[in-house]
Amino acid sequence: MWQRVRRWALIALAFLAWAGIAPAQAGAPKPVIERAAKGDRCVEDTAFMRRNHMELLKHHRDETVHLGIRTRKYSLKGCIDCHASKETGSVAAAKDDFCVSCHAYAAVKIDCFDCHSTKPQGAAQATARLDGARKRLADATRALGMKDIVGVAR
Amino acid sequence: MNDNEQTVASKARRQFLGTAAAATAGIAIAPGVLLYEVAHGKADDEPVSSTVRWGMLVDASKCAEGCDDCVKACSAENGWTPVAESQHPTQAPQWIRKLELQDPLTQTQLNLPMMCQHCAKPPCVDVCPTGASFKRADGIVLVDRHICIGCRYCMMACPYKARSLVHEPLNDTQKPDVPRGVGCVESCTFCVQKLDRGEGTTACVEACTAAGHGALVFGDLNDPDSAIAKRLREIPTKEVRADLKLDLGVRYHGI
Repeated sequence: MWQRVRRWALIALAFLAWAGIAPAQAGAPKPVIERAAKGDRCVEDTAFMRRNHMELLKHHRDETVHLGIRTRKYSLKGCIDCHASKETGSVAAAKDDFCVSCHAYAAVKIDCFDCHSTKPQGAAQATARLDGARKRLADATRALGMKDIVGVAR
Repeated sequence: MNDNEQTVASKARRQFLGTAAAATAGIAIAPGVLLYEVAHGKADDEPVSSTVRWGMLVDASKCAEGCDDCVKACSAENGWTPVAESQHPTQAPQWIRKLELQDPLTQTQLNLPMMCQHCAKPPCVDVCPTGASFKRADGIVLVDRHICIGCRYCMMACPYKARSLVHEPLNDTQKPDVPRGVGCVESCTFCVQKLDRGEGTTACVEACTAAGHGALVFGDLNDPDSAIAKRLREIPTKEVRADLKLDLGVRYHGI
């Protein structure tokens, strides 16, 4: 008796699912997910990132702003560096760009790019990073009293 | 030498290199190999600490009339539109301003840049209703734009007129390193992005030094051997509105 009820219930559910999803597939185009330009894998599994990227970013942002912790792994800049579109050079400039494409599909507004740049760091900033590293090298060498290493590094 | 011996040898060699690297704590061994960790810089995953207090010395006697290189450099580094180019100059954000003052009695001219003074007891932090305005452990006073609601109490509270509200959308013109947004208050950050990279200086100081004026010195006030601490011992300096007892991170000479 109960088995029969369960079977009918399952059939009814399957029908409802079919009836519900089929028109949606026709009406709502799936998001375009462009492959990341750099690297062959994300910092975590794709499935994990799809569900939890916002938590990682939120955690990281507080550490960065308040404590000055600037690790690259879960940073928004890290996302943008890899996922910026080849065409627009941005993650949110056009409707098919990485972040916007999914967020439009899920109807979730992104606030990140009200303040954050949607484009990866340019060559100028990369140079600045290098200059920073050079300066640190010089500082350390001076602290250790080893003038010759600075000469070699230059 | 057969394959097996070679493996053993290279393993031993690797171990030796590993130990050597650990002993020298990341000091450059070969040409072109950069140092990893250093005296002043911090590792990326290390929080800032109160052993450092960043500060600036402004020598008004060296600050040149008609020069605004520090302002230009700040604008270029942090991505805010110079006031002259703004469509609404009266409400345009200004992280640093060049002041040219004259004593009405003696007609003495005075030039100096004015920006966030990075108080140890910042009034902007006291009045902030959301906790967006805060002081970092290393003494830098910042706005957390994730929490700022743009109420502008901090702008009212600041005795130095150092803060601005962003009135208009920036349309993705921000620098990747310097997020800024409409409806948030902002001010001088001591180029926190540069400091966290370990550059140990700010855009305005670099520009002033490059222009040959040398009116700005930046560094760690807590380190007795830093250039700024040495200079502060040599010359008399003042805090602006010292009567407020805010314990400023920026000190002026020649005012």
